[in-house]
Amino acid sequence: MEGMNIKKLEDIRNEISKARVDQKTCITVCGGTGCHAYGCLKVAQAFKDEIKKQKLQDSVGVRTTGCHGFCERGPIVVIQPGGIFYQRVQIKDIKEVISETIINKKILDSLLYVDPKTEEKIIYEREVPFYKKQERIIFGNNGFIDPTEIKDYIALKGYSAIAKVLRNMTPQQVIEEIKKSGLRGRGGAGFYTGLKWEITSKSQEDIKYLVCNCDEGDPGAYMDRSLLEGNPHSVIEGMLIGAYAIEAKEGFIYVRDEYPLAVKNITIAIDQARDYSLLGEKILGTDFSFDISISKGAGAFVSGEESALLACIEGKIGIPKQRPPYPAQKGLRGKPTNINNVETWANAPIIINEGAKKYSQTGTNGSKGTKIFSLVGKINNTGLVEVPMGMTLREIIFDIGGGIPGGKEFKAVQTGGPSGGCIPKKLLDLPIDFESLTEAGSMMGSGGMIVMDKNTCMVDVAKYFLNFLRDESCGKCLSCREGTQRMWEIVTDITEGKGKEGDLDFLEALAKATRDASMCGLGQTAANPVLSTIRHFRDEYEAHIRDKKCPAGVCKELIQYSIIEEKCTGCLACLKVCPQEAISGELKKVHVLDQSKCIKCGGCYEACNFDAIKIE
Amino acid sequence: MQCEASEFESIIKNHPQEKKELIPILQDIQAKFNYLPQDVLVMVSNALKIPLIDVISVATFYGAFSLTPRGKHVITICMGTACHVRGAPMILDEFKRKLDIDVEETTEDNMFTLETVNCLGACALGPIVVIDGDYYGQMKIRKADKLIKKFRPDKKEQS
Amino acid sequence: MITLKINRLEVRAEEGQTILEVAKFYGIEIPTLCYNEGLSAYGGCRLCLVEIGEEPRTKLVSSCTYPVEEGLVVRTDTKRVIETRRMMIELMLSLSPNSKIIQDLASKFGVKQVRFKVRNEECILCGLCVRMCAEQMDGRAIGFQSRGYKRKISTPFDIRSDECRLCGGCIYICPACQLRCQGPQADTTVCNACLTMDPTCLDFYDELQCWMYDVGRCGTCVREKTEKSKSKEQSTKQ
Repeated sequence: MEGMNIKKLEDIRNEISKARVDQKTCITVCGGTGCHAYGCLKVAQAFKDEIKKQKLQDSVGVRTTGCHGFCERGPIVVIQPGGIFYQRVQIKDIKEVISETIINKKILDSLLYVDPKTEEKIIYEREVPFYKKQERIIFGNNGFIDPTEIKDYIALKGYSAIAKVLRNMTPQQVIEEIKKSGLRGRGGAGFYTGLKWEITSKSQEDIKYLVCNCDEGDPGAYMDRSLLEGNPHSVIEGMLIGAYAIEAKEGFIYVRDEYPLAVKNITIAIDQARDYSLLGEKILGTDFSFDISISKGAGAFVSGEESALLACIEGKIGIPKQRPPYPAQKGLRGKPTNINNVETWANAPIIINEGAKKYSQTGTNGSKGTKIFSLVGKINNTGLVEVPMGMTLREIIFDIGGGIPGGKEFKAVQTGGPSGGCIPKKLLDLPIDFESLTEAGSMMGSGGMIVMDKNTCMVDVAKYFLNFLRDESCGKCLSCREGTQRMWEIVTDITEGKGKEGDLDFLEALAKATRDASMCGLGQTAANPVLSTIRHFRDEYEAHIRDKKCPAGVCKELIQYSIIEEKCTGCLACLKVCPQEAISGELKKVHVLDQSKCIKCGGCYEACNFDAIKIE
Repeated sequence: MQCEASEFESIIKNHPQEKKELIPILQDIQAKFNYLPQDVLVMVSNALKIPLIDVISVATFYGAFSLTPRGKHVITICMGTACHVRGAPMILDEFKRKLDIDVEETTEDNMFTLETVNCLGACALGPIVVIDGDYYGQMKIRKADKLIKKFRPDKKEQS
Repeated sequence: MITLKINRLEVRAEEGQTILEVAKFYGIEIPTLCYNEGLSAYGGCRLCLVEIGEEPRTKLVSSCTYPVEEGLVVRTDTKRVIETRRMMIELMLSLSPNSKIIQDLASKFGVKQVRFKVRNEECILCGLCVRMCAEQMDGRAIGFQSRGYKRKISTPFDIRSDECRLCGGCIYICPACQLRCQGPQADTTVCNACLTMDPTCLDFYDELQCWMYDVGRCGTCVREKTEKSKSKEQSTKQ
């Protein structure tokens, strides 16, 4: 764009905002990957077609936006202004939405969210219990932005933070502001961001690099994906601020292979930013130059580790390096490199715009600001939630998450991914912050929160994580490679009824050695899933070892399926699905399960609508 | 052999001939051939002047690459933590049974390859099965058979 | 010149040296396996671990790769180091019980049991062969493949490599191939014979039978004992 500068950006922003006001209504359709799978693109197209048919293009717009976060209820449609919230919208509903809500200003009850506690129908997005207690300063804009349209971001004060920085602040002042805010890395380790920027900026080297880590390897965590997909410009702006502060000219965004939509949207965003002179040479007419390229992952969890990530960008195998020297001193191509997580970068523009003082009023003493969590597993309101640090687990799981499906009892919540641990019921009132989670035997991690109920076996969970780790370990350190493999062997034996007295003590000793001897974070935290489940659920381990029983009914070798006579209605449902023909019976007569043929596939339990299958 | 060489030429043209381009080039080859053929790996080694053993090191380290040919349809089952607690292992077992193959194996008629992935980031839909890039969420054990038949309608699976 | 402390001894070092190099210079013994002076440092076997830092913030690092820093405090034989070292040896033994080098390490550091299922894979993935082939012999015929528990060392496609010149360097340097342990077998997979304080050859001879006084390397006493005990057993049976 010719003659672009700070003033012109402000003018453009005013122009866009005015044009938005003129167009009265906008139908926003959630376009996150989750909603894609629900068919949101077809829904959005159907809206566009119907609006064209009704000749409403001048007054009604359709925008496919970033992820709204309430993934359980997709496809999600929010009508602006006002925020009328429609959930589970299907193509067959489109005509009615246009004719009733858009034209006649009437609400369609059938598409409203119903509060399961009060049975009340909720009309507006901000009233939906899932959103009410959240503080969506980072994620909130997703719902208003088409990620492939830079104008949407600019209209919402986008890029005003970097304009402020370029106009009024020195690099040192920017670093001071970030330090004052107390921002800590959102990728898992929680290192103070301002301090990291300071160390990198202090280096005398002429070339410095910036990296955005979107590897997000923790299974069950997808916040970074939704942020990069839904509001890519917020990340670009954060990196611009960081590049100015550290005096870097080149940046990389490393996106994992499994996120094609995120790669697509960030590529478009970078191109558009370049058009608006927000990336490249002479940004906004100043002497500041910075550009970003994208690097794709290739399917390795360990390459999310800082030094392994840099090796991957350089085309080598993603094996972590011995530190010191740290990437801030000697990173990519031997030059000082500052690596931060996607969410960390997205916090930077907020801190500059609001000011560090206001920002630091949210959160706890040791953990400032908000954190985005992915609330998944055995939970009613699956989705992405953004809450202030310090909110308790109970509030998140029950007030926002809506509790456990089927009214079942809460058993544990797993945080921190494979480096974290399981937190039991008695610690539900724990406030979320870096220190409290670590003390409880887990850690913050990148933000995955997997909720579990009584049908989840904690020994099986430990086995799951160990299996993950032994496969994802880079394999260099004997302690990690063999440690995870041997821990997996021992826990697997326990789940198969081959556990023996003394196994738990041995497991703890092995876990300790794995933790102490390994070089990188993967090996050092590999023991956490095992140690935390032994700490909080020792009785479950002992049931497996001593009694050869699996109380949760999961470990195949220790359970038996049987049909409860009193509840069986003789509907033939289980009989039909059994792959081994182990169930016999006639219509309206009680069925019988032959244990000798049963392979415990779980098909009958899934098919039965009368709770007549017992697992013990 | 010939067609491999010409395909490779068209891929390598899109990249600067530098060592750090190794992973993006392998990704393009994987996308084009559906796996990494041995001969093409040798071509990469020669073109980028990287010792063949180092190319193999990278190709075998990362999960996105396959050194054996894959079937016409790749069935990927998400084994992330959220899907795991929602019963993904039982879904995997059902697919193994119905296709009569193990993970990373291909059916005899080359129709299906079974793979797992450690989280796709669509946890609300768990358990999820992805076939050829299309997501099938809230999968149930009894739906597996129907889904397979969608891609292979005429043949009956061995039980 | 950098000053640091190893085992409460103040030592001087050059910038760029590793803790192991400095320790060796001062005659402080740290056990190693994947380390070889002629090859680059790898840090894979985790045997050379030392404890650095001061309570309560200490951690274990591999001395062969950790660079010296001004004021660093290093301790080579703390309880934590010894316990961890023992576990590493135990893990190695379960992979390669026939390696005399590993059996000797077990004897030396008091590892008396192997509580893991023995896999008898021989290879402990120390990487000496890979580095030998690449750095000393300029062959690059073998290398690491895959990751995690599936990690292995092999030639491209597991077939004869065009780069391999049959120099034998890999076999020469391999700790599993080098010397085979011929001690009492299988029940415990821990031989413990050669380096124990009570050499068994003295049961049968008046003096140590070590070849060229190379104590512990010949295995004569163990072989003799095994054979003699066997024949004794047979004679008592009859």
